[in-house]
Amino acid sequence: MNTMTRTGTTPALASAWHQALRPYRAELVAELRRAWRTPAFAVPSLLFPVLFYLLFGVLLGRGHAPLYLLATYCVFGAMAPALFGFGVQLALDREGGLLTLKRALPIPAAAPLLARLAMAVMFALLVASLLIGAAHVLGGVRLQALQVLQLMAVAGLAALPLGAIGLLIGSHVSASAAPAMVNLVYLPLALLSGLWLPLSALPVLFSTMAPLWPTWHLAQLALPVVGLPSAGSIGGHLLVLLAVTAVALLLARRRLRRIG
Amino acid sequence: MDPIAPSLARLQQVQVRYRDHTALQGIDLQVRAGQVLALLGRNGAGKSTAISVLLGLRRADAGQVELLGGDPQQRSRRLGLGVMLQSTSLPPMLQVDELVAQASACYPDPMPLQEILQRAGLQALARRRYGQLSGGQQRAVQFAIALCGRPRVLFLDEPTTGLDIQARQAMWQAIRQLVAEGCGVLLTTHYLEEAEALAQQVVVLEQGRVLADAPLSELRLADRPRRIRCRSVLPAEDVQQWPGVQQVQRDGEHLQLLASPAEPVVARLLAADAQLRELEVQGAALADAFLDMTREAA
Repeated sequence: MNTMTRTGTTPALASAWHQALRPYRAELVAELRRAWRTPAFAVPSLLFPVLFYLLFGVLLGRGHAPLYLLATYCVFGAMAPALFGFGVQLALDREGGLLTLKRALPIPAAAPLLARLAMAVMFALLVASLLIGAAHVLGGVRLQALQVLQLMAVAGLAALPLGAIGLLIGSHVSASAAPAMVNLVYLPLALLSGLWLPLSALPVLFSTMAPLWPTWHLAQLALPVVGLPSAGSIGGHLLVLLAVTAVALLLARRRLRRIG
Repeated sequence: MDPIAPSLARLQQVQVRYRDHTALQGIDLQVRAGQVLALLGRNGAGKSTAISVLLGLRRADAGQVELLGGDPQQRSRRLGLGVMLQSTSLPPMLQVDELVAQASACYPDPMPLQEILQRAGLQALARRRYGQLSGGQQRAVQFAIALCGRPRVLFLDEPTTGLDIQARQAMWQAIRQLVAEGCGVLLTTHYLEEAEALAQQVVVLEQGRVLADAPLSELRLADRPRRIRCRSVLPAEDVQQWPGVQQVQRDGEHLQLLASPAEPVVARLLAADAQLRELEVQGAALADAFLDMTREAA
């Protein structure tokens, strides 16, 4: 290869890095193009949380609603890209043989997963910034820079456990069943975790069960950022989220190995 | 054929068991540089399992597997392979050039994009989305992905199934070029003429065992009986008596024959029935060749 003419250690090292990162970058670019060119995925993922926020948080919301829903919708907005991106898309890739082809090609095993995770994180951050912008301009919510960063961090973090759960669904369910299965997780999880309305407005059973849902833990990380009360400790929530991610990843991995 | 050409991929006494049956019962095969090995067999004979093992997708339960001198599960070994699986749905919203570039990115020294597109006959389609292509064009994209990394060994699982004659010829040409450059190819196919056109060595699998492993020339495919089909009023019983005719069947207004050598029989058919129409001559079906091999193996 002509470009391999080496003049010193540093360029050689840089080119080795460049070489090693190429497959990761290529997977990411493809993943983003795929998401972007699938309007049925990108448009609702990006716009629904903001439209719902404007309706329920700004137009109809009273009291703390603009603040409460800003925090919880940052989590809600991360759900669709992560759950659908991993769940439905993985089931499609698996059934279509693309997953097998990628395992046979010398693509680093983690590259497709990292690319999809990065896509889900980017979508979550984009939704969070749209929400924060809408809350600022139309909801009169004034946040400090640090609060903005913290909300974005929670949104980005949300992609991890949700992506892992999506992976678990996508590795078990057929492509035709995956959208229904994801919806079955997506919508109830949002309601049960108090992302659409405070759990105090629902029967007490809902609050009792709430710690079971990873999205509730994410909401408890987001609410204090906007100065609203939350339950539990930050460390405890992070631990639960980490555990959910690890268990879902392990189960998905086992399944993917077995069916090859 | 050059028997001392370096071995690029090898199975030795490989066994693979699924939960309820044994897919491979100790098979040997070897892909050498600059050669095409055709792996033939019915559906379920173990072809795809053999390829999965060579690609590192599945571990062998017994025996040795070697790809480019090592374990195919190691990514460093797979850097030297190219692969086209039987059925792969690539993302429909990505363009041909994007898909090829994505695959190229995982190889250390890929071919330039234009060369890949040219070899696969895709120059005119570079900017088209995969989902807008015909089935044959999609196969060509999968072929482009297989060859983009300058593979030393290429796995082609039924590459030309569903292609029209022109596209098939073009792909054969591209495969021959790679082989001339030193690439070793493992090809599975249902078409005997494909094996005939490309392969130097043929391995036939049946129920997870190697039924035959021989140079193509030893299979004497040219001498095998050919199928003749025509619309004719000649009585089957008469034709059955002609020299070279092995089998005759009447199918409505059509006659179906199995003949070897076929040419004198065709000439006699035409001479005997001036009204004869819709004449077709086909190479022996793969199944017929198998039956012969089974008999030879017994």
